[in-house]
Amino acid sequence: MSELHPIKVIINGNTYERQVEARLLLSDFLRHELGLSGTHVGCEHGVCGACTILFDGAAVRSCIMFAVQADGHELATVESLAKNQNELHPLQQAFHEAHGLQCGFCTPGFLMTLVPFLQENPSPTEAEIREAISGNLCRCTGYQHIVDAVKLAAEKMKSTVVSSQ
Amino acid sequence: MAPDSLEGALALKTEHGDDAKFLAGGQSLIPAMNFRLAQTALLIDVNNLKELDYIRRDANGDLHLGALTRQRRLERDPLVKQYAPLLHEAMPWVAHPQIRNRGTLGGSLAHADPAAELPVIALALGARLRAQTARDERWITVDDFFRGLFTTDLASDEMLVEVVLPPLPPRTGAAFIEFSRRRGDYAMLGLAAIVTLNESGACEKARLVYLNAGDGPVDAKQAADLLKGQKPSAEVFAAAASLAAEQEINPMGSIHASPDYQRHLARVLTGRALKQAFARASQ
Ligand SMILES: Cc1cc2nc3c(=O)[nH]c(=O)nc-3n(C[C@H](O)[C@H](O)[C@H](O)COP(=O)(O)OP(=O)(O)OC[C@H]3O[C@@H](n4cnc5c(N)ncnc54)[C@H](O)[C@@H]3O)c2cc1C
Ligand code: FES
Ligand code: FES
Repeated sequence: MSELHPIKVIINGNTYERQVEARLLLSDFLRHELGLSGTHVGCEHGVCGACTILFDGAAVRSCIMFAVQADGHELATVESLAKNQNELHPLQQAFHEAHGLQCGFCTPGFLMTLVPFLQENPSPTEAEIREAISGNLCRCTGYQHIVDAVKLAAEKMKSTVVSSQ
Repeated sequence: MAPDSLEGALALKTEHGDDAKFLAGGQSLIPAMNFRLAQTALLIDVNNLKELDYIRRDANGDLHLGALTRQRRLERDPLVKQYAPLLHEAMPWVAHPQIRNRGTLGGSLAHADPAAELPVIALALGARLRAQTARDERWITVDDFFRGLFTTDLASDEMLVEVVLPPLPPRTGAAFIEFSRRRGDYAMLGLAAIVTLNESGACEKARLVYLNAGDGPVDAKQAADLLKGQKPSAEVFAAAASLAAEQEINPMGSIHASPDYQRHLARVLTGRALKQAFARASQ
């Protein structure tokens, strides 16, 4: 049970090599072993979405995966989004401007769910946005402001793509 | 343990039997472990077995789906969309995108949750399932696969490796409908309906399979029989729906839905599903 397994993972562009127990959850590994506490843990059984991260580019729940399963894979957490202390990712900026968060507990999970969604679907309809966030629970906002934030982010991200061309 | 080959995985399972469990998507197994509902001495992580992640169509029109095909891939695959439209229609109802990115076809069938969509679809479509051990393999027809609550016909040394869906006959229409409180939640009730019409537009054969309506996917055979020889009409749909809802399903109820309410849902949803399936069959 307490046997350790070596793993090598790329997270937010940095390579980490660690020894982990077989039953260590990926969410606990990120938070406790690596100090990447932006990934939140709400329910630990896959329901709330707070722990969502990108695993090889796809949004997954880190609380229902084991750290050993990340060996050889590339992960991204919410810490990867902002370029620096002063410059937020356009999606984060839109959450800020449209009041897409109150307590902020659910926010990292929403962001990591929505980053790949907006990449695949740069001009989503309201129905598509609601479908995309159906796996994330927020107890504060009532979701309307989150939907507004996603619409705003989609606008912003499209105009930055156009202006950088 | 994360073996790199199917042989390796099966050898471990033969050696450890019931003390070991396959870890596929982990989307049912790990939550159960986190809750201490499941305890397993050994997990055999099969995620490295890329050879079991495939979707192919053979010369007979059979669709071959590897057991480790992720649910997200099934949802988006053009072959599935074209040749197994019922499966395509049901996929968005399986949990949420983040779960479908990990969850597998084989994991859902092996888990045999009565509220899950994939067992219902497999039963409705008459799937054949291939199970393999370290020594041999066998085919299981889907009618023999589900054995009750979270129980299947798989032996302790067997792994489900492939699911084969036969092509739909001509003049066949299918529909999947479920009702849940929120998109992605487990449904309070749902069903798949498949109808094949004869030349004159009457029902030649039908199948109605329900989810969250018993201790496994529930095949309402009497209601399906009632439809045989009938042309579509509101009365015919209502009669079949009542028979299935009152006599054939056995819903257990939950904090969100009493058995009576589930029977009510069965009546309403059956009518809708049949209407859609008949319309699609006559297109
Ligand atoms: C919040 C949440 C909501 C969900 N909602 C739904 C829903 O609405 N509908 C739905 O259908 N599902 C739902 N699920 C479950 C999800 O679809 C799972 O992915 C699925 O039930 C199990 O697949 P898996 O690949 O994750 O299997 P695992 O969790 O890895 O395994 C499940 C069981 O099957 C065994 N097993 C796995 N693969 C094989 C194999 N090839 N051969 C033999 N045994 C095997 C395992 O040993 C284990 O006992 C939900 C899950 C969560 C966390
Ligand atoms: S903490 Fe992972 S889904 Fe709730
Ligand atoms: S902002 Fe508080 S839970 Fe979403």
